[in-house]
Amino acid sequence: MNARAPFAAASSHTPQNSEELPGEARQGIPMVELENISVSFRSPDGKLVQAVRDVSLQIASGEIFGIIGRSGAGKSTLVRTLNLLARPEKGHVSINGQNLLSLGENELRHARREIGMVFQHFNLLSSRTVFENVAFPLELAGHDKAYIAREVGQLLDLVGLHEQAWRYPHQLSGGQKQRVGIARALASKPKVLLSDEATSALDPETTRNILDLLRRINRELGLTIVLITHEMQVVKQICDRIAVMDSGRIVESGKVIDVFRAPQTAITRTMIGEVIAHELPSSVLTRIQRRRLARGNTAGPECLLRLSFAGDDVDRPLLSEAVKRYGLDFNILHGQIDEIQGQAFASLTLLAHAGEEALQGAKEFLRNHDVSIEELNHVV
Amino acid sequence: MSSELLNLLWSSFFETLVMVGVAGAAGALLGIPLGISLHITSANGILPRPFFNRIAGLLVNAVRSTPFIILLVAVIPLTRLIAGTSIGTAAAVVPLSIASCPFVARLVETALREVAPGLVEAAQAMGATRLQIVRKVLLPEALSGIVAGLTVTFVSLVGYSAMAGAIGGGGLGDLGIRYGYQRFLPEVMLVVVLVLIAFVQIVQSLGDYFVARISHRNQSSPTSA
Ligand SMILES: Nc1ncnc2c1ncn2[C@@H]1O[C@H](COP(=O)(O)OP(=O)(O)OP(=O)(O)O)[C@@H](O)[C@H]1O
Ligand SMILES: [Mg+2]
Repeated sequence: MNARAPFAAASSHTPQNSEELPGEARQGIPMVELENISVSFRSPDGKLVQAVRDVSLQIASGEIFGIIGRSGAGKSTLVRTLNLLARPEKGHVSINGQNLLSLGENELRHARREIGMVFQHFNLLSSRTVFENVAFPLELAGHDKAYIAREVGQLLDLVGLHEQAWRYPHQLSGGQKQRVGIARALASKPKVLLSDEATSALDPETTRNILDLLRRINRELGLTIVLITHEMQVVKQICDRIAVMDSGRIVESGKVIDVFRAPQTAITRTMIGEVIAHELPSSVLTRIQRRRLARGNTAGPECLLRLSFAGDDVDRPLLSEAVKRYGLDFNILHGQIDEIQGQAFASLTLLAHAGEEALQGAKEFLRNHDVSIEELNHVV
Repeated sequence: MSSELLNLLWSSFFETLVMVGVAGAAGALLGIPLGISLHITSANGILPRPFFNRIAGLLVNAVRSTPFIILLVAVIPLTRLIAGTSIGTAAAVVPLSIASCPFVARLVETALREVAPGLVEAAQAMGATRLQIVRKVLLPEALSGIVAGLTVTFVSLVGYSAMAGAIGGGGLGDLGIRYGYQRFLPEVMLVVVLVLIAFVQIVQSLGDYFVARISHRNQSSPTSA
């Protein structure tokens, strides 16, 4: 199997969202490729619901790719096209170079064994023990008992559930159930793992453990993982790249750090808001607003800015240098430092007092040093 | 009570047992596959066949809405064909089986509908065939519901079998009517009713026992999926 260092891509970054594929995948064929996919449903009242609209997507081998978006954005539907649980009416779906839409029923069943899937509500068979649940896909594929026992033993070791082998799902905690789900998904040695909100029913601590497990699997088995989530925490912890969906379309995509530094769309900004709270205390906003009204509704010498630093920039005294050079006056209204994919990521919201010239100079200086700047004057 | 009456009670009980047992078994044998096909051919099933589903559903409803006493008489030609006679215990088994089959089918269909669609979807995602989905997902997951349904069927058959007296089927119900009501022996009626109550109780308890044995859901953790 593939043994690429999965995070090679994250070590260098460009300020813009880049659509380049990481590492060696740039030359090889992508593991997952969607081309102009559209899926629609007929709702009970007869209306046509366009769940996915003309989505194209490439995911490299060994990548952990996140899909985020509001409820109803079409994330589940999109991921379900990857194993044709949802059949797109238009476009191409290819996994590991194989065009799924051209396959007959039998061939599709075989192809599906190469694609594991884990679910939000685990979907374990309640009538089967942990062991039997993990054995299930191997039984379906017609393997013999000895092979199944050996494989299931190894899988239960991998997910740390050896002790629980003879328990039934209802006797397990949510985290343990999801481990069974993951072991089951890995049983047929898939190349791609699809995860639809696999941690959404779990508490934060268990979520972290499950994500660590997924990352370990990604590294050790070179498995490509496509995961849907509405939790930014999940994205931050394990994704290499993300796509943001809204009303059936991908509105933004790129490396996680880039999307976090310079979100391009309002929807992304709202979603990121969970992690980087750039919402300011309302009392502060009201005061700024009052002053601005007194000036006749112009921003005047006051400017609200959000600066994002990433990687090594976090350690450098860029801000104080800007202050010294351009005579900028400012007050920090909000600040946060975070870690995304092992890279430090800081965000500062400033209220700057400066003349137009000094402000432009400082902004340019900072931008030249890879600090991304977002003007927040519109929020006041 | 005279020993003659006791003998009669015993043979009537035996007749009831035969009618309920054979008709229940035949109903299960035909009703379970029918229930499965009703489920899988429905719009959201794994083998949607709207036309077949519609027709089968209509037939099932037609038999279920026919009062048993009418069904009993209406199927006499068929009874004669299968049992060779239109009177007696063996003859009563035929209409009882015909009545229990759609009953079982609907209960099985309901039990299958209780299986979370996510389980079927998970199996599909793993590349399961339709037959594998029925055998390894739907039936095992719905088994406790199916057993509960069969229990209900057997209990209902005890009631239906009382009407079998109309075609000389015998059984406890018939005994109760003939001796208790027509010959005005209330103590016979009372004994018959008590035996029937005990019988139904035993069937129900057995059913409940098996359901509890089979079901691995929600025994100790109320939140499990
Ligand atoms: N089987 C279906 N029949 C009809 N409409 C559907 C079906 N599945 C999805 N939809 C519709 O398609 C749209 C996208 O649904 P989807 O489940 O993909 O969203 P999602 O992004 O996964 O949302 P969530 O975060 O709530 O899971 C929604 O408007 C939904 O109502
Ligand atoms: Mg969803």
